Amino acid sequence: MSQAVEDIKPSYPLFRDEDYKESLKNKQDAFEERHDDAKIQEMFEWSTTEEYQELNFQREALTINPAKACQPLGSVLCALGFEKTLPYVHGSQGCVAYFRTYFNRHFKEPVACVSDSMTEDAAVFGGQKNMFDGLENAKALYKPDMIAVSTTCMAEVIGDDLNAFINNAKKEGHVEQEFPTPFAHTPSFVGSHTTGWDNMFEGIQRYFTLNEMDDKEVGSNGKINFVPGFETYLGNFRVIKRMMDEMDVDYSLLSDPSEVLDTPADGKYRMYEGGTTQDEMKDAPNAIDTLLLQPWQLVKTKKFVKGTWNQPATDVTVPIGLKATDDLLMKISELTGKSIPESLEKERGRLVDMMTDSHAWLHGKKFGLYGDADFVMGMTAFLLELGAEPTHILCNHANKRWKKAMVAMLAENPYGANCEVHIGKDLWHFRSLMFTNKPDFMIGNSYGKFIQRDTLHKGKEFEVPLIRIGFPIFDRHHLHRMTTWGYEGAMYILTTLVNEVLERLDEETRGMGTTDYNYDLVR
Amino acid sequence: MALRQAAIYGKGGIGKSTTTQNLVAALAELGQKVMIVGCDPKADSTRLILHSKAQNTIMQMAADAGSVEDLELEDVLKVGYGDIACVESGGPEPGVGCAGRGVITAINFLEEEGAYEEDLDFVFYDVLGDVVCGGFAMPIRENKAQEIYIVCSGEMMAMYAANNISKGIVKYANSGGVRLAGLICNSRNTDREDELIEALAAKLGTQMIHFVPRDNVVQRAEIRRMTCIEYDPTAKQSDEYRMLAKKIIDNTMFVIPEPLTMDELEDLLMEFGVMDEEDESIIGQTADAEEGAAASA
Repeated sequence: MSQAVEDIKPSYPLFRDEDYKESLKNKQDAFEERHDDAKIQEMFEWSTTEEYQELNFQREALTINPAKACQPLGSVLCALGFEKTLPYVHGSQGCVAYFRTYFNRHFKEPVACVSDSMTEDAAVFGGQKNMFDGLENAKALYKPDMIAVSTTCMAEVIGDDLNAFINNAKKEGHVEQEFPTPFAHTPSFVGSHTTGWDNMFEGIQRYFTLNEMDDKEVGSNGKINFVPGFETYLGNFRVIKRMMDEMDVDYSLLSDPSEVLDTPADGKYRMYEGGTTQDEMKDAPNAIDTLLLQPWQLVKTKKFVKGTWNQPATDVTVPIGLKATDDLLMKISELTGKSIPESLEKERGRLVDMMTDSHAWLHGKKFGLYGDADFVMGMTAFLLELGAEPTHILCNHANKRWKKAMVAMLAENPYGANCEVHIGKDLWHFRSLMFTNKPDFMIGNSYGKFIQRDTLHKGKEFEVPLIRIGFPIFDRHHLHRMTTWGYEGAMYILTTLVNEVLERLDEETRGMGTTDYNYDLVR
Repeated sequence: MALRQAAIYGKGGIGKSTTTQNLVAALAELGQKVMIVGCDPKADSTRLILHSKAQNTIMQMAADAGSVEDLELEDVLKVGYGDIACVESGGPEPGVGCAGRGVITAINFLEEEGAYEEDLDFVFYDVLGDVVCGGFAMPIRENKAQEIYIVCSGEMMAMYAANNISKGIVKYANSGGVRLAGLICNSRNTDREDELIEALAAKLGTQMIHFVPRDNVVQRAEIRRMTCIEYDPTAKQSDEYRMLAKKIIDNTMFVIPEPLTMDELEDLLMEFGVMDEEDESIIGQTADAEEGAAASA
């Protein structure tokens, strides 16, 4: 049982030692009132059947891993994308610890975010006092140029009014009147992390522009604004900037956390780094247009762009895949009069070349995918472009209009013929689908690994390997630095997909003298 | 005319819902486009306009449909007498859940679905008796009701409540545009009631915008689930509500109230004989002790 200092083993393989195995068995036999292995196996097998799936889909009162997170998580990410901005969550401390941890685990970076630690007395008397002290302390300690306030469930249930509290805090001198404090109500029990991102962004739009519209004129600064929405692939921010630089388009990327979430280890801790400036935000209504790169999540933002900024908010889709990127670049070219440069045409050509090179391996491969509305839609479009077949698509937080749009897109393409689209369903539903109508792979965040384990347990031929594209990815390193947007992003996705396919083929053909006739050096 | 939003507060049972509905009916008669938003789990803020028992509430329908996002505006917004748009926020049964959150959810839903975007002249929020939590203050948050009317009568507890509500208004008035717009006296036929409420209004820095006398025709109409205005337009009482409506249309007196201290309020009540002069010598004395003291005297 004891470990040797010179040879310390982690839980695996340590717990495979005989003494640990015995100890575990004793615990199970003596204390767990465990059913015997046969019964457990029988129930497992039942949970993989059509019959179980039917019951599973009738589930009304329980969600098992919804494949979404809560609003304030999104509002924090949105706030992190602004220069020297401290995300501040009005509510309980534990919630904020969760947001920080969630981002730590995904980005492997420290994440600065504070709460005003509401406790029992704040729940009874309201959280105004917490707001007074919180704003004053946060500003004094962490010296931000802006504090972006959102809320947790607790503050929302008791009906705390952020506008009144923040104004009162300023009246009483806890922070100066002119110190920027945009805010958004972000009840966790409504919508998802993408709703929270949208709400916070609208709060920032409101704060910096609502009462400053008189001297604004659409198009006067000649820029294009980009609103990324809840986006965690840092390469996506970079690729937008690169493509615009190459096109010689003047732009503002509104909310850009790509620096603060990717700081170098050079001995200096940066609480703030990069990000959209307040001046850019104030100037945003002067742009030619504001393009919403994940339109399904940016409902309120869009309303504000159209209604207050008086910009057209030209429709674009998330630029995942070939056509979506073509469309985005052509729209930008149309709006700005700038032509698409040779460098991007060349990049596009390389992508097309890659697609044709890998086509033989991806054609007809079946994929199940889950995640955020825009990501899933973009990914589906790209799969169809590759001649792959999406078979199950699941998005918990999407609405009926999204489903309609998805079904319409799939109906237009022969590769989409056998695809089901599910909204409001969770990963336990998805698990059933992976058993009853097995695709070749699933695409999604780290949580899918448990479905892969379960399918493998049924037998190697039932295993559905997980390809990690999405958020959060906790169990692989540095993928958040990759790019999924633009031609560059399509190259990354394509490379990932085809190599996972080949890896899997190698795994299956590694049988000495059985399957290794196809264990080829050249693929 | 720009949209005016008003919230009606007051002690429970004082006649807020009845007064609101009659007032709104009178406004509609004058050609105003009005919406009532009931902010009370009892959901009795629109029954006289719709002739119904209780309107289906937003929260109930959301619970039935699964979530608020599954609702459409036309599901929850009913049109009654005088084209008055009616909505009830609804809320839980007594003893469970959170009614305040219900009000927040309902009003957010109305905003998101564009209920305020029609060419309305007035929105009235009829809010339950005691503003016990932040949720019931939702109607007076920024960009919502800017004027508040308090319904009261010459009874002690009604005036206490009016004063307390004024304290609440001060909190929000300091950070935003919400103002006290007047007291509506819903008469209980107590002595010198009008003078008393006028005196209270003066101390709060506001006005008694109208004195609504007591008249049984209101009850007769209510049994028929109608407003007095609709049931008997010629009744004298209907004219009273019309007068109130006109005064509200023309009202320009919006103030940050100056609530009274307990002592000031009690002095006022004593001055009008609503409360007896306090006899310090009897405090803490049991009947027995008092009898003994009387015998020995």
